[in-house]
Amino acid sequence: MRCTNEEVISASPLRVFCILLLEEDVLQREVSKGRKMEDNNKDLRRLISGRPKCFMIAGSPLCAGCQHGTISRIIGEVIDDLGIVGKTIAVGGVGCHSMLVMSASKFDLTTALHGRAPALGTGIKRGTDGKAIVFTLQGDGDLAAIGMGDLINATVRGEKLTTIFFNNAGYGTTGGQMAPTTLIGQTTTTTPSGRSPDTGGFPIHVAELMAGLAGVAYSARCAVNTIAQYKRTKKAVRTAFQKQIDNIGYGFVEILSACPPLLKMRPTDARKWFEKHMFAEYPLGEFKNVDETKIQYQVET
Amino acid sequence: MVEKALISGNEAIGYGAIYADCTHYFGYPITPQNELIEFMAREFPELGRTFVQAESEFASINMVCGAALTGVRAMTSTASTAFSLMQEGISGIASMELPCVIVDVQRGGPGAGSTQHSQMDYLLATRCAHGGYKNIVLAPFSAQEGFELTQLAFYLADKYRIHVILLSDGLLGQMYESVELKKLEFPPLPGKDWAMKGCAAHNYERTFIHNAPGIIGSYYDFMKRSKEKYERIKEEEVRYETYEIEDADIVLVSYGSTARAAMEAMYRARKEGIKAGLFRPITLWPFPREAINKMTEDKKNFLVVEDCMGQMIEDVELAVEGNAVINLVGSMDRNLPTGSGMILSKKVLEKIKSFG
Ligand SMILES: Cc1ncc(C[n+]2csc(CCOP(=O)(O)OP(=O)(O)O)c2C)c(N)n1
Ligand code: SF4
Repeated sequence: MRCTNEEVISASPLRVFCILLLEEDVLQREVSKGRKMEDNNKDLRRLISGRPKCFMIAGSPLCAGCQHGTISRIIGEVIDDLGIVGKTIAVGGVGCHSMLVMSASKFDLTTALHGRAPALGTGIKRGTDGKAIVFTLQGDGDLAAIGMGDLINATVRGEKLTTIFFNNAGYGTTGGQMAPTTLIGQTTTTTPSGRSPDTGGFPIHVAELMAGLAGVAYSARCAVNTIAQYKRTKKAVRTAFQKQIDNIGYGFVEILSACPPLLKMRPTDARKWFEKHMFAEYPLGEFKNVDETKIQYQVET
Repeated sequence: MVEKALISGNEAIGYGAIYADCTHYFGYPITPQNELIEFMAREFPELGRTFVQAESEFASINMVCGAALTGVRAMTSTASTAFSLMQEGISGIASMELPCVIVDVQRGGPGAGSTQHSQMDYLLATRCAHGGYKNIVLAPFSAQEGFELTQLAFYLADKYRIHVILLSDGLLGQMYESVELKKLEFPPLPGKDWAMKGCAAHNYERTFIHNAPGIIGSYYDFMKRSKEKYERIKEEEVRYETYEIEDADIVLVSYGSTARAAMEAMYRARKEGIKAGLFRPITLWPFPREAINKMTEDKKNFLVVEDCMGQMIEDVELAVEGNAVINLVGSMDRNLPTGSGMILSKKVLEKIKSFG
């Protein structure tokens, strides 16, 4: 079924199109760190004005202060920059993480069952004879819990896909339950006294895990709390797409994405909490960037 | 000259897929369908088609979904316990209205059950997973018919934009028979202009095919369209075969491998002067309800022969509307009521004689 944009909008509460909600205090801090006010304003204008060419004007179903919107915008900008809108197919996971792209994209897209996006993406990639640029949008429940096997095995099969992983340390859509990425001590609706290692286990570091897999060409962890991080994230997302375009291997970017309702905090506080706690558990950086996937050992046939 | 091959029932389905121009196969090993995935692994790459061994049936069914989204002919094959595993994926495919073929070579259940034949997935295949959707279910009773119904399955899938289940079983799958390999001709099909290939293929208008008809777009439209589609299929696609039913007092109703034991028993009964006949549904959904109902007008009674505790018998009961006596020859009537026992014609004949 092909849906018009109006149908999509009618399905989601029409809220502000969150392009990038850099709040004033974040900007002030950039300035106090010696950044020119002028540069700051220029960046800000660029960021909050307009939208990626591959996005339509659409209602956003996301909460105010949800960083998923920022990440979605980055994806749109990268698709614009790479000039691949005509052959891109997005596969949305189940969760808030895919909602903005679902409402706004001008490129083709589909929805996977919970966790199955890399498998669906595999079918699409094979079905189009490798010609489509296929990427998955996945959250930490979708990818790191129910979909871990699909992701790892897609790399094991050597699929040339790109995955953008929204790590918000919990389940947004279903109301703030624990995810595999939830921090030890963090309270959620299913860890009311804080995640305990004895009964709830340990946070999973997916970007590092991916870096260890032979089929992965690129793996990084990024954030979108500052303009500098925004730029680094964009570069990482671009590289992750490029690895697919160049047919090298799997491209993966994990992006920390504050979810205020999960933390029961105001957007600014949620972002500060992320900086303090999430950055401590999940170091930002590039964990793998190779131009060819390596074969360790081969049996003569 | 028509090419002939001595092949297993599982391989016959593989040949059917090749002759139907299926280009994408995704699967995961499980007994008793392994000959099929192995056949595909051998043949598909040779023909420049796609074979992928998935890491699970969760994955294989979702890969089929992805490939079907792009408009290619895609299929998977599996067996009972893993057919269960696929159910969420199949429901997803139904929500997206994607044409594809799913083969279930039934083994025993429940759970891991047995690795050998049974007909215990009838209700799962015909009643489907969550969400109240329907799918066409085709049931071959020989390798030849498996080859032909596979081609039909792809045609019907594309004709209605629906997924089709090919319900085979361990006996059929592993038995070797001579098969005439011949491409079947079908009427022309509508183009797949809905298929997803990147928006450049649609003048930069995006294609959005999703699995949430009750969240995105109009649920009403989806349900209305589905209902109309199902009604059309019920009207146009019912298939069955009858043998000696005109003067029969007792009609055996049986599908798949047990229909062969039933057929033999029926002819043996005839030799002994008992007026028996055989009704063999080929589409299990849509079920030939009217045809069975019609037979009740001649005061015929029914003996359902199926290798389970009684599943298709429910459809026969619905069909006769209380106007006939129905008995069952089921798994407890195997020559050995164990994993490897099977329903033999001798037992069916006994049941025909003691009918009442
Ligand atoms: C098989 C299945 N189980 C459970 C659900 C319910 N469910 C929907 S979204 C979701 C969690 C999503 O969390 P995450 O992937 O972290 O995305 P976020 O909303 O945080 O972006 C769950 C459990 C489902 N849709 N399907
Ligand atoms: S619940 Fe969290 S993840 Fe979902 S839209 Fe709101 S802020 Fe974003």
